[in-house]
Amino acid sequence: MGKYKAVIGLEMHCELKSNSKVFSSARNSYNEVPNDNITYLDLALPGTLPVVNKKCVHDALMMSMALNCTQPEYMYFDRKNYYYPDLPKGYQITQMDAPVGINGFVEIECKGEKKKIYIHDIHLEEDAASLDHFYDTTNIDYNRGGVPLLELVTEPCINSPEEAVAFLETMRSIYKYCDVSEADTKKGQIRCDVNVSIMDNDATELGTKVEMKNINSFSNVYDAICYEIKRQSELKEQGRYDEVEQETRRFDEETGTTIRMRSKADALDYKYFVDPNLPKFKIDPEWLEEIRNEIPLLANQRKEKYIKEQGLSDYDAGVIVKEREYAEYFENCIALGIETKTAANWLTTQILGFINKEEISLKDFYLTPTLLKQIIDEIDKGTLSTKLAKEVFYKALEEKKEPKNFISQENAQISDKNELETLINQILEENTHQVEEYKKGKTNLFDFFVGQVMKNTRGKANPVLTKEILKEKLEK
Amino acid sequence: MNQTIEELHELLKEKKITSQELVQESLKKSHEVQEKYNAFVTILDEAKATEITDNPLSGIPFGIKDNYSTKDILSTGSSNTLKDYIPIFTATAVEKLLNAGAIPVNKTVLDEFGMGGTGTSGHTGIVLNPWDPTRMCAGSSAGSACAVASGVYPYALGSDTGDSIRKPAAYCGIVGYKPTYGMISRYGVFPFASSLDHCGVLTRSVADAAIVVDNMKGIDPQDMTSWDSKDLHLYEHVKDDVKGLHCCYIKELCNIESYPNPTEELKSHLENFKNKLELCKELGIEIEEVSVDSALLEALPSVYVAISCAEATSNMSNLTGLIFGPRGEGNNVFEMMMNHRTHGFSPLIKRRFVIGSYILQKENQERYFKNAQRVRRLLVDTWKKLFETYDAVILPVGTGPAKHLDGDKDILSHDTEVLEEHLQIGNFGGFPSITLPDGFINNLPVALNITGNCYNDETVLKIAYALESKMNYKNQIAKEGK
Repeated sequence: MGKYKAVIGLEMHCELKSNSKVFSSARNSYNEVPNDNITYLDLALPGTLPVVNKKCVHDALMMSMALNCTQPEYMYFDRKNYYYPDLPKGYQITQMDAPVGINGFVEIECKGEKKKIYIHDIHLEEDAASLDHFYDTTNIDYNRGGVPLLELVTEPCINSPEEAVAFLETMRSIYKYCDVSEADTKKGQIRCDVNVSIMDNDATELGTKVEMKNINSFSNVYDAICYEIKRQSELKEQGRYDEVEQETRRFDEETGTTIRMRSKADALDYKYFVDPNLPKFKIDPEWLEEIRNEIPLLANQRKEKYIKEQGLSDYDAGVIVKEREYAEYFENCIALGIETKTAANWLTTQILGFINKEEISLKDFYLTPTLLKQIIDEIDKGTLSTKLAKEVFYKALEEKKEPKNFISQENAQISDKNELETLINQILEENTHQVEEYKKGKTNLFDFFVGQVMKNTRGKANPVLTKEILKEKLEK
Repeated sequence: MNQTIEELHELLKEKKITSQELVQESLKKSHEVQEKYNAFVTILDEAKATEITDNPLSGIPFGIKDNYSTKDILSTGSSNTLKDYIPIFTATAVEKLLNAGAIPVNKTVLDEFGMGGTGTSGHTGIVLNPWDPTRMCAGSSAGSACAVASGVYPYALGSDTGDSIRKPAAYCGIVGYKPTYGMISRYGVFPFASSLDHCGVLTRSVADAAIVVDNMKGIDPQDMTSWDSKDLHLYEHVKDDVKGLHCCYIKELCNIESYPNPTEELKSHLENFKNKLELCKELGIEIEEVSVDSALLEALPSVYVAISCAEATSNMSNLTGLIFGPRGEGNNVFEMMMNHRTHGFSPLIKRRFVIGSYILQKENQERYFKNAQRVRRLLVDTWKKLFETYDAVILPVGTGPAKHLDGDKDILSHDTEVLEEHLQIGNFGGFPSITLPDGFINNLPVALNITGNCYNDETVLKIAYALESKMNYKNQIAKEGK
């Protein structure tokens, strides 16, 4: 690339969480049964009317503020008119004139550098139905039709595929921190359109913009941008830049290439106009303030705080803020008085290791910070070795019982090899007669030795380990 | 069946008649009227009597314009695009009447989806005027007007986007009332132009109109443009005194001097209108003449065309034949949609779609659509200004009695266009507006209209009631004359 600078703009669509759809009372939830989450409006039956979902407006405004945008004085919606089988009304209700947010920015970190990505606008709209294409038929599933969608459009201020992905990651984190979306690409909840052009490093005029539509994963965004920069650069290099056309392409996952769909000259006129069924309403500044106060500290803010105030390493802080529930778990630990470094260590190694392995959410993790503290307190008191503490940790998880049950003198196992060896040596020394008998072939005496160990430890000795050590010693 | 709701309710209460008898009579008349004037898409021969309660509508038959969605009952909008469409839900306004114990006996013909003012563009054919079958009923609520005027029942539902209740009421010699925008939920009414669409009723008396709308109105969580009118009691106040109220009429529309070559009909119509203003004065209503910028008035018809066609194009984009309606033929989904729409819509509607699409095109929006909206606001502001001084504006409806179906016999003039179309102001502003018969010309009914400020429905109705009481046209049934 070198000689050329890439100019990238993103359009990111993200499905919002809500009980019902943005303009209809049908459920908004993942549903494998086609055409189950639908009501009359979702089929555009004559006479049906849209009713805006207040929660969706609330969440859209929250995102608008989280992205430092300006909110409009009045809220209203526009119709985007076009015929397509996934759009039963023949128009999509969206925001053209007065989006929930304009002129915002979000700070991203890419390769250790911080950068502001400018937001042109963010608006609330409804999703279209999904189409399943078969050999000679297409099935329409209206479940997705009318699902609330937030679309944000960046300024063309992104200059590399890495920055694009960093931006998308940041956005996903913001959506999840604000709890407005699951933001799960696997469920198709995030889709992107990517605009790419290249220009000479010293040029001031933008190159020809190529749009790639409907890319459904961040890695595909990355690959599509890389491919497109390469394609355009090669053409430019060969003096064939005029072959780069203002057009819409799609990314083909199989080949990792982009394929032409249509020229921008064929672009539809969507005949936008204000939807008369959704009356304009003034956004109450008090409501806006309320929403603003509901915005949680976001990942980058928490990370900075953890490094500065809690003395965490950049790495640990980064891992902890990855999900809001991690950060909250961590903060709850601190609030309970667990030392920061200890809390961070337990969280980033044992806990995340466990939930990743079990593929569960931290929300469903049995050991709450309060329960974790039972273990950590015993370590601090010296009752538990680190090793034993881990065992208590897993035991508690396995049996879903409070760790203290496994810490008490009664139940805590002795699994320390050295400790057991010392004890076993002592027992063997005290029972030389039996040792000799055993060595002569009376192997059934083995259980006698095990019994002695158990007796001495009141059953706390780890039986497996005990047997192992005994075998080793007796067989010598 | 020739009686008012008030009278029928008394008779039912006193058990002098039964609901069953009314239903049977109404169905019998429906078939006669269908035979003679072609007013219905569907006659509900299975209609059953209901229990008589304190609700004045209980046990009494009524008609529903065929653009109201009625569950399990064919609802076509008088369009081939929905010729077999049987909805799975009922419009809120109808639901409310059903809850009141009212009995639907038929679905009435309209101009296709309400887009027309003649009653001639429905897919089941032309509706004839019961006073003179060579003339039109006007539209779009043609079947409803025809049936009420013919005495099929005391009332039928209508919808009004330009004058679709009030004009046919005038041509058929009955009362047509559309309340303030949003007072009656539009949920379940097939849309024409959402910002102009109103529900309303056609009756033979002002009091009946008040009774019916009292039962249809109310805020509806399914229509965001509806509002809470529980403090409005139309019937309760319909007989209130009107003494001391102020009304005005517009010089540019009402004075014969405004028209260079007036027909005899127009002369009689305007003279009759002026005479009725005298009746208002006798009632203690002060009447004043006001002047409105004629340039503004002249913009009215084109503003209506621009806004209504634009909204209609979009509103009717759901009619693709994919989910409901007869599925079109074609090799792909776009061909199927095109086929459905090409065969389903009448030429008149297609013409309006072309206009609407043109107006909404990016390069034309500012010039046509946005300007139309600006002029709409100017017109509405002008009327709102009038309402600061006057309780209502009283104007003649149209240029005279019903027009001939064979249009050649009528002299249509650009000079009278605004007089013909001015009721659209009521839709621009969402104003409560009622038309009532005010006389006869050549044995054919003519009418006047009273329009007031938003939410002042009670005032508009009591003026209409008082004036109606001074005239002899209350509860009149159409007779083929001459």
